[in-house]
Amino acid sequence: MDQISSPMDERTVRGLRLGETVFLSGEIVTARDAAHVRALSAADGPKELNGATLFHCGPIMTIEKEGRKVIAAGPTTSARMNGTAADMIRRYGIRAVIGKGGMSSTVLDAMRETGCVYLAAVGGTAVSLAERIINVNGVLWPDLGPAEAAWILEAENFGPLTVAMDAAGNSMYDNVKRTVDRTRPYS
Amino acid sequence: MRYTVMIKVPEPLEDVIVNLLRLANTKLPEDVGWALEAAAAWETNETAYAQLGGMMENVRKAEFKGVPMCQDTGIPVFYVTGRMDASVEDGIRKGLRKATDTIPLRPNTVHPLTRLNSGDNLGDGMPLIRYVPTDDDLEITVLPKGAGAENMSRTAMLDPADGIDGIKKFVTDAVLDAGGRLCPPTVVGVGIGGTADSCTSMAKEALLRPLDHVNPAADERALEDELFMTLNSCGLGPMGLGGNTTVLRVHVRTAYCHTASLPVAVNLNCWAARRATVRIKRDGTAEYRQ
Repeated sequence: MDQISSPMDERTVRGLRLGETVFLSGEIVTARDAAHVRALSAADGPKELNGATLFHCGPIMTIEKEGRKVIAAGPTTSARMNGTAADMIRRYGIRAVIGKGGMSSTVLDAMRETGCVYLAAVGGTAVSLAERIINVNGVLWPDLGPAEAAWILEAENFGPLTVAMDAAGNSMYDNVKRTVDRTRPYS
Repeated sequence: MRYTVMIKVPEPLEDVIVNLLRLANTKLPEDVGWALEAAAAWETNETAYAQLGGMMENVRKAEFKGVPMCQDTGIPVFYVTGRMDASVEDGIRKGLRKATDTIPLRPNTVHPLTRLNSGDNLGDGMPLIRYVPTDDDLEITVLPKGAGAENMSRTAMLDPADGIDGIKKFVTDAVLDAGGRLCPPTVVGVGIGGTADSCTSMAKEALLRPLDHVNPAADERALEDELFMTLNSCGLGPMGLGGNTTVLRVHVRTAYCHTASLPVAVNLNCWAARRATVRIKRDGTAEYRQ
């Protein structure tokens, strides 16, 4: 199991193999439906997104004496961002997307072109993942509400994450779908 | 039912609702935990095994720390039975608002057109409350329903000629097409018969049954067992990354329908199949179970 640090460079990203398990340390930025729309409509987008690691997540946050704290932060369904993710990856040079359930072939193409991977987190493991977030560094678009705003988070050994779509155009989801379609009953 | 009974002295209904939501969101029902353990035992795929291990670890941490196991604390659906009056709704609404602040739950409800978040999980038609008045003690069950699973719901008006094979194809396609977009291994609720709306409600209510509950209707049980075996032979696996465990259980509910109709509905629950029930006795004490 490999440790990787974020932000990543293209060489590291292209070196990740499909099916590999990694743990990530460094900065990650949460973004889901509304944040993608904002990021793409902004004339000059926030610099925090350049080369960033995105996390498809709408966390539960609390305000403590020492600042904001992440209580629960598991991945949300990535497929909802299929329509906006390819533009996002190209425009901001996103190097990794953390989510669940995989993304479309359009997104996979953008990943191969620019050098980006899809890292699958275990869905519903919000407490385990929140424990690996050591600091909240900031927030973009707080007016979207805590679930939709883009939180800039500092993670340590964040994972386990499975390289489920690599930068060479391979996808575990496509492989599984081929198996499922071959055995699909009652058709 | 024999799961986790905890009795508390009389409290205002809103506080009972807070306790109920806390129990449902922080502690997975034991039958679901056992189903995950069993799944891990027959899983041969390394990635699948790791996914299940991560899930079980998370369940233990959530219970130990008393925080929601998933950031999507969902839309809570309430099922109310027994002796009741109009104050029940008020208690549920106040309790949900308080729970959103104190547990905390993620504020999830937005206006469908403006997408503005109400901030307290309330709104027109939210939360959804289903009432069945009876002469028994008041019982409230909550089913926190995350969007990942709810978004994969399907309802169809099949042709009666499609028959049981049509039903099987519809259910398996719904689960397999959803892939890893929700969080498999899923619990599959199936409604068959009734009308378009009651069929959809039955599919969701089927998710309230404990996973080790044996369906007393032989024909429904046979269908449940066949769909369970078939779906787990397809290789979709935990989180859609491949493996032997695609569903934890299939639960079927039926109702008579029009001779010209065959309504079928599928409502899925993620592996974190959360639920909790409270019975409020005549003396006001509240008995919680899962």
